[in-house]
Amino acid sequence: MKKVLTSLLLVTIFYATLLTSAQAVNQDEFLDNPVLEARAREISTELRCVVCQNQSIDDSDADIARDLRLLVRERLVAGDNDDQVVSYIVARYGDFVLLRPPWQPNTYMLWTGPPIMAVVIAMLSILFLRTHKIRRAVGLNPAPLSPNDRDELNSLVQRIAAPSSPLLGQKNRHSAELAKGLPPAAGRPEETEPKASTTEQGNSSS
Amino acid sequence: MLRLIVILPIALFAGLIGVMVSLLTDEDRNSDLSRLPSPLIGKPAPAFKLPAVANSVPGGFSTEDLKGRVSIVNVFASWCVPCLAEHPMISQLAGQGVAVYGINHRDKPEAATAWLQRHGNPYIAVGADWNARASLDWGVTGVPETFIIDADGVVTYKHVGPVTKDVLRNKILPRLRKTEVR
Repeated sequence: MKKVLTSLLLVTIFYATLLTSAQAVNQDEFLDNPVLEARAREISTELRCVVCQNQSIDDSDADIARDLRLLVRERLVAGDNDDQVVSYIVARYGDFVLLRPPWQPNTYMLWTGPPIMAVVIAMLSILFLRTHKIRRAVGLNPAPLSPNDRDELNSLVQRIAAPSSPLLGQKNRHSAELAKGLPPAAGRPEETEPKASTTEQGNSSS
Repeated sequence: MLRLIVILPIALFAGLIGVMVSLLTDEDRNSDLSRLPSPLIGKPAPAFKLPAVANSVPGGFSTEDLKGRVSIVNVFASWCVPCLAEHPMISQLAGQGVAVYGINHRDKPEAATAWLQRHGNPYIAVGADWNARASLDWGVTGVPETFIIDADGVVTYKHVGPVTKDVLRNKILPRLRKTEVR
């Protein structure tokens, strides 16, 4: 029940914020010509409110955003096309007012940075995978487990997975085993030693 | 190849640190990285014509008045607290014989007149910009802002925020001298 109420509240808040953000543009700012008004709205969403950083002037309640909205409409009524309106404002406030950065020398890094990084990362990944493959082909990677090693591992796994006495907790069983010390693997205590060391040598030479 | 993989990240990191240090120590930007360069610098002052605030306040001025000598244009308002804080510095500039003009931004005639009477009027002329239309042309984002204009009417410097003692000594006065020499 509580969960339902919380989610209901969240949904209400979400729609409330949608409503208030849509109300930043006042009715009295609207132009009579619906075509011009639509263009004004479109331009406004592309222009940054200079005092509120990441809001467009269409979203912002700041005085300056309102002034800029009126200025956009004034220019449109004066007969400017969309680009002229935008450059009129850029001439006064700089490129910073553009929410979509233009393609020019000082933004080349901004636009090309992410694709370049993606290519670099892809190249490094391919390089890494290829060296890994080559190393394996040459035999520099650790050799797969020998049948003896496999048997030893299996017996260890079985011993750990064996059902313990219901009277003893999991923890007790392990501490008892630790106290006893690990017995050599059943059957071939001699064989395991040299095997392990050869594997180690193979590793260190790589 | 392997050596490149080791060196490249270190070089990139060192480069990043270099960029950050240069940004932090840059004279003009270290006070506030969010401050923007004005596109107006190096361009003629915008065309405007502002009426006087009231009969008792000398004023009304236009772009033409800014030509002929180096001048300062200060955007202020009676409701703006930092404007009051910088008022002594603006007065000091005017006292030294600099032509200081005031743009009264988004204000009311009574409030602006009372403010100038109470704190003193350092301005040669004050223009009333109550709908902030001229301020938009100056690229004003908030009050106070201070511009230096050379004898040809070209904007050479812009300071956003109050002119403190430090700003006056280290920024405004040196720029003013430089503008006068040129």
